Order: sequence, then structure tokens, then C-alpha cells
Amino acid sequence: MNAPGVLQATGVIAAIAAMLGAALGWAAGRLRPNADPLVERIDALLPQTQCGQCRYPGCRPYALAIARGEADIDRCPPGGDATVRALAALLGRDPRPVDAAFGKPKPPQVAFIDEERCIGCALCLPACPVDAIVGAPRYVHTVIESQCTGCELCLPPCPVDCIELRALPVVTAPHAAAAMAPA
Amino acid sequence: MSDLLLLAVGASLVNNFVLSNFLGLCPFVGVSRRFEAAAGMALATMLVLTLASGLSYAAWHWILLPLGLEYLRTLVFILLVAAVVQLTELFVRATSPLLHELLGVFLPLITTNCAVLGVALLNAERQHDLLQSLVFGAAAAAGFGLALLLFAALRERLDGGDVPAAFRGAPIALVSAGLMALAFMGFGGLAAR
Amino acid sequence: MAARNRFPAGLELPPHKALALQHGIQPAPEPARAFVAMDQGSGHAATPAIAVGERVRIGTRIARATHANGTPVSSPVAGTVVSIEEHETASPAGRGLCIVVDNDGSGVVDPACEPLCWESMPPYEVLARIQDAGIAGLGGAAFPAAAKLGAGRAHEVTHLVLNGAECEPWICCDEALMRERAADVLLGARVMLHASGASHCTIAVEDDKPEAIAALRAAATDPRMQITAIGTVYPAGAERQLLHAVTGMEIPHREHPPTVGLLCQNVGTAAAVARLVTTGEPAIRRIVTVTGSGVGRPANLDARIGTPLAELAVACGGYQRDPRRLIAGGTMTGRALETDEVPLTLAVMCVVAATAADLAVRGAEMPCIRCGDCARVCPAGLLPQQLHRALLAGDEPLLERHGLVDCIECGCCDYVCPSRIPLTARFQRARAASSLRHEERLRAAHLRARFERHERRMAEAAEAERRAFEDARRRARSERGG
Repeated sequence: MNAPGVLQATGVIAAIAAMLGAALGWAAGRLRPNADPLVERIDALLPQTQCGQCRYPGCRPYALAIARGEADIDRCPPGGDATVRALAALLGRDPRPVDAAFGKPKPPQVAFIDEERCIGCALCLPACPVDAIVGAPRYVHTVIESQCTGCELCLPPCPVDCIELRALPVVTAPHAAAAMAPA
Repeated sequence: MSDLLLLAVGASLVNNFVLSNFLGLCPFVGVSRRFEAAAGMALATMLVLTLASGLSYAAWHWILLPLGLEYLRTLVFILLVAAVVQLTELFVRATSPLLHELLGVFLPLITTNCAVLGVALLNAERQHDLLQSLVFGAAAAAGFGLALLLFAALRERLDGGDVPAAFRGAPIALVSAGLMALAFMGFGGLAAR
Repeated sequence: MAARNRFPAGLELPPHKALALQHGIQPAPEPARAFVAMDQGSGHAATPAIAVGERVRIGTRIARATHANGTPVSSPVAGTVVSIEEHETASPAGRGLCIVVDNDGSGVVDPACEPLCWESMPPYEVLARIQDAGIAGLGGAAFPAAAKLGAGRAHEVTHLVLNGAECEPWICCDEALMRERAADVLLGARVMLHASGASHCTIAVEDDKPEAIAALRAAATDPRMQITAIGTVYPAGAERQLLHAVTGMEIPHREHPPTVGLLCQNVGTAAAVARLVTTGEPAIRRIVTVTGSGVGRPANLDARIGTPLAELAVACGGYQRDPRRLIAGGTMTGRALETDEVPLTLAVMCVVAATAADLAVRGAEMPCIRCGDCARVCPAGLLPQQLHRALLAGDEPLLERHGLVDCIECGCCDYVCPSRIPLTARFQRARAASSLRHEERLRAAHLRARFERHERRMAEAAEAERRAFEDARRRARSERGG
């Protein structure tokens, strides 16, 4: 066996590898990924109900998890199949229905506070992620219907269970009706 | 000059690496479902191929040949390609996280793309000088990109088409690729090798 | 002055208008019971402002608008409100809330309906009166006229274009109006110029209506008015296509005419405005064409809203020759009705009782053969073949890139497709779904902003609490130590 030849060969390979490694290390330092717009693009496709059904505390944490590859795209029931499709189109994955383990898509609903039973404890006010409940301690509270997303986060804090969810009426605007008309 | 042009036409069209030599089929089939991803992959491969051609020429002529270590060329070329691919991946991740996400695992897999190694080895075998190596690499990359983009456009159309159930997905894609290869045979008379 | 004023593409269709125009505008009998729909066609229903049992007169306001794109509604007959209930309507939803008024035959007009001295009124007040009267576009979309004119004023438009094109086959109510009531149209134009601030007006009429053009020209005394004949082609009466034919300008993607200084209104709307200023009568009637081989005497009827379409058919000699389909609107963009018990609204321009002879045999749908005929006729310059492919693939970004939002749903591509693909229906649904998605995204952005404000508020509250606690602790410590 040609020992000096083997040593020379090993040495050359090692030297080339070392040079390349150093160059890559320097490049990695220079080429830092900037503030990740991928998270923004994912977040823009989510419905922003902040309901937590995806097991993340809000839509943006879920978007971050998707961008990091920690969570799959089919966990958002309020977004429904349409949101999964949009996310799949963005990220180049296969579309599929919402994973039923995280909840079923519900028809549009809003919270309603029974003012007869409300005791004005103000525990539901901070729970609402979009501040759709108006009120103050010892004053009757009410839900601003146009801002309510039906996320149900106000139900657990209420000590007298005076909040219920009501289905929204069917829309009759022409384009909406045309969308629902049979083919 | 004209022989460089001949070299370029030969590498990109007449002996298209994907459709005539059947190298680099993994990204060809794997990244061609969406046009944007295919375009990104084509650009990344172009960068890798050109850089790898140049660097492998340098390594071949300035390190391996003088030291008589020709038998190490496969190993050294692979090392160089891997490094260039890593550099490209850093670059893509820094400029477009979305493209990085779209390409996914296929970006580091350019390392194992036999077209890239093939170009480097062919350069060494045919004793191309530096300019010829670079032109050969760039032209091979352009041909690869062309085939990839055409195939991606085709597959996007097939997605919306009325394809029989048994053929949906990979089968019809491969049939189409075969037809494309047949079409590219038409370039055969363009340049003598 | 013929085909030089036209937009590209489109179709030439047999008009089918002569029969209904034969005997001029005929008054339709008042309905014994008026079913006044809360949604007169704009899609934004008004809210009833009257109770069951109350007495109303002709022109009494019975519903108020609750949306910027909706209009108030007035009673078309004098009598008593019998009920407020859901009823079949001609709208896409098929049903809607209606106020049902029993006609007592007295014909008493509400004293609040008075002529307007519009020339001495400031424009914003004229606009308020037009809105209060519930005047909506009578070209089929029923968009509030005052809102459109107001938008024109806000954008400082200079050119008002009145749409007398009436390109769709079978519909001839506007032609009858222009022939017999040209003076009304021109008066309405003058009021609209005053209200919108535009400096001149062009009334565009298709060149196959020489009598209408002559009548308008004879009645035009104001130098600001111009009557222009445009090429007879379908859909010349579509707003963008009409403005292109008249001015040569194309309205940019996703924009409205006021952004380029133009305003478009239907001639029927102008006549309604003229009626408002001369008699004070709000929007309670319109001219509707009742035609088709399936009615005995096709005619243009001057009918009140709320009249069941069945009564209009009776006024035209009743059904004959076994009509197969009853269409609200024309045969290109109309909608087939399930029953003739639906009431007339401001959006219904025409009722076609179509027999088998009037309808083309559709046949089953076949695959697209890529003939390209659809792209050749599309008046909006789109590629229906590509849109259809994108629809089948479910590719929403591709639909957007090919301009689905610019489709005017005219039906030209449908008409020429040799494979009988129901393109227009599919595009309608896709556009509806797309605009719903667009609205959802806007709402999501709004909710995100609210959520971020909520988070900031919570953080500030927590911070304030923490500081208060620190202060209290410091004070307690200094009291103890000091």
C-alpha cells in the first residue's frame, strides 16, 4: 500500500473540505433570513377568530407553527375547507378537508347576552379577543353583534351562564344568493 | 466562438440532459406540479450547475491533475456540489422563504442530481477549458430549466383536464414526459456532436 | 352614424321586439293586492316602517333603507296593510319579505308627494329627495340612483351618459319610453346634470331604433344634450361596453366610471326622476315588457310595483300556445321563474313567456374542444376557455389572473359554445364565491386589527396594574422604614 499517496489524498480532501466549510460558515453569517413574510402570508389566509380550536393561542401563533413546520394546515374549523385549500395552494401541498379532531366547521353564529340574567361581573370583557362585549363592572353587558366572531371564548368565564350563541340569519345579497344557488 | 455556440446548443437542446440523457429526473418530476416552484428550481439548478462547473474545473486542473489524484475526482466533485448547493439554499432562504418552503426537500437534493455531477465529470472527460466548462454548465442548466418549465406548464394543464382515473397524477405525467422526449429528438439534426 | 361607435366583440342577436312595440305603452290595471318586496332588486332589503292594519296612500313611505346600497320603498296603491310576510319573489334568493297592501280602489295620493322646484334646490337636497323617493336604476340592477349620482359628484364627473341602448333581445321597455316620453327622459337628464354636477349629457341609443332617436332629437332643446347612435350589438347596453362605445374610454379593472369622469344612468331612471320632480311621485311604477310567443298580446305595460306577474300576463291577453318557461328579464341574462305569483319589482324589466319555439334546444354538456369561439365573442376581452379550465382545476389565483372579476355575465360565451357548456352559470357562481371570499378576507383583516388593539389594551392594563402594585409596595416599605 502506498502510504504517502493515501496520506496525500486524504490531506487534499480534508483541505478542500475545510476550505469549503469555512466559506459556507462565512456565507451563513452573511446570508441571514430577514423577517419572515411567510408567516404574514399564512396569517392573512386565516379567519382571525382567535378561538384557539387549533390548540394554539390565536391565529398568529398557529401561522408561525405552520411556517415552522410544527403544525399541519388542516386544523382551522372556522376557516373551513376553503382556508385549508388556500393554505395548500400557497404552500404547494395537497388540499384536504379540515381535520375533524380539531372541531367541525359551524354555521355563522354570534354571542348573545341575556340581560335579565347578567350580573355585571365584567369577567367576559377581557375574554373577548376582539372587544366585542360592551360593559363595565356592575353594568349590564351586551355583545356588539357586528364585531362578534362566534369564537365562544366568552362562555367559560361567565359565572351565571347568561351567554348563548345564536345562528346568524341567511344572507340575501344577490352575489351571496347566487353563490348558494344550485348549478 | 462558433464552437462555443455549438457546445451550448448541444448541451441545451440536442443532448438535453433531462430529455435525451435522462439525468436529473428527480426534480423534473418532483417539482413540476406548480409553475412557480418549477421556475424557482430551474433558477437554483442553473446557479448550482454554473458554479459547480467552474469550481470543478478549478479543482480538476489546479489540484487533482497536478497532484496526480485523478481517481479522487468523483469524491471532490461531490464535495464541491454539496457546498454549492448549501450556499444556494442559504441564498434562497434569505431571499424568499416562500420559495424555500415550496421547494422543500428538493433544494438540498440538487446535490444528488446526477445531471450536476454528470456535467462536472463530462467537463473533465472531454477536457474542456475554463470557458468551455462554464458554457457547457450554463447551457446544460438552461436546457434543464427549459425542460422543467415546459413540463410544469404541461402538468398544470393536465391538472384541470379530464384525465381517466387510472392515469391521474404520475402516470399521465410520465407519458407526457415521454412524448416531450420524443419531440426533443427533433433537435437531433441541429448540431453534430 | 352606424357601427363606428362600438366596442370589440359581442354578438348580433335577433331582436324579437317588434311585436311588443306595436301598440305603444299601455297602462296596466292596478293590482287588487300589492305584494311590495322589501328588496326591490338591489340585494339590500329595506326594513318595514309600517304596521299591519295601518292605512296607506299611493306614495306613502312603507319601508326605510338600512344599507348604503339600498333604497326606501313606497306604497304603489292606496289601501290597508294586510300583512308583512315572506313571499316568493323574482330575486336570486327566490323568497323575500313583502308588505302586502289591499287596494281599496280609491287611488288617493299621499299629500307629501309634491312637485319639486329642483332648479332652485341645492344639489345635495335634490339627491336626498331622489334617495327618499326610492329611485333605483331601472336597467335591471336597481342600484340607488342618488348614491350613483352622489358618487359622480364626489368624483367631479363631467360627462353623464344615459343608457338607451337596450341591447338584450325581447326587452323593449326603454325603446317604448324613448318613443313616447322623450321629454321625460330629457327632463330627467337635466335634473341629473344638476344633481351630479356633470357638464354635458349623451343619450346613447342603438342604431336599430330610429324612431326613438328621432323622438329624442325632436325633444332635445338643451344644448348640453346630445343624442348618439351606437352600433347594434349585444351587449352594447352593459355599462362598461356602452361607455367604451360612446367615449372610447375603457373603465380600469376593479374601478367604477366616476374615477374617469363618467357617469352612466338608464333612460328609465331619468324618466323616474322627471316624474318625481313634476308630480312628486316616488318610485312605485315602471314600464315592463310582457312578451314571448306564450302571451296573447305582447306589450309594454306601465305597471305598479307589487303587481303579481300573473296579472300582467292577463293584461296582455293571457297565456297561449303552451309557454314552457317564464323568464324575468331577457333571454340572455334573465332568470327562469318557478311561479308567476311573484310581484313586479323595480329590477324586473321584462317578462318573457317562452314557448318551445322561442327557446333553443340545449342538449347535454360535452367536453371543451378548445375552439376559441368564446374568446372571440367576449365583450369584456376575457378568455372564457381559460377561466373554465381554471374553474375545473379549482385554481383560484388563476381565476383572478384571468380576470374573473371583470366578467359581466352577459352570456355571449354560453351562446356560442358548440359543446353547450353552461359557462355563464358557472362563472356567476364562481364570481359570487370569489366576492364572498374577498369580503371574508377584509373582515379577517378588520378582526386582526381589533385583536391587536385588544392585546395592546390588556398589556397596558397589566402594566398599569403592575406599576400601581410597585408604587403601593414602595410606599408601604417607606412608611415602615421611615
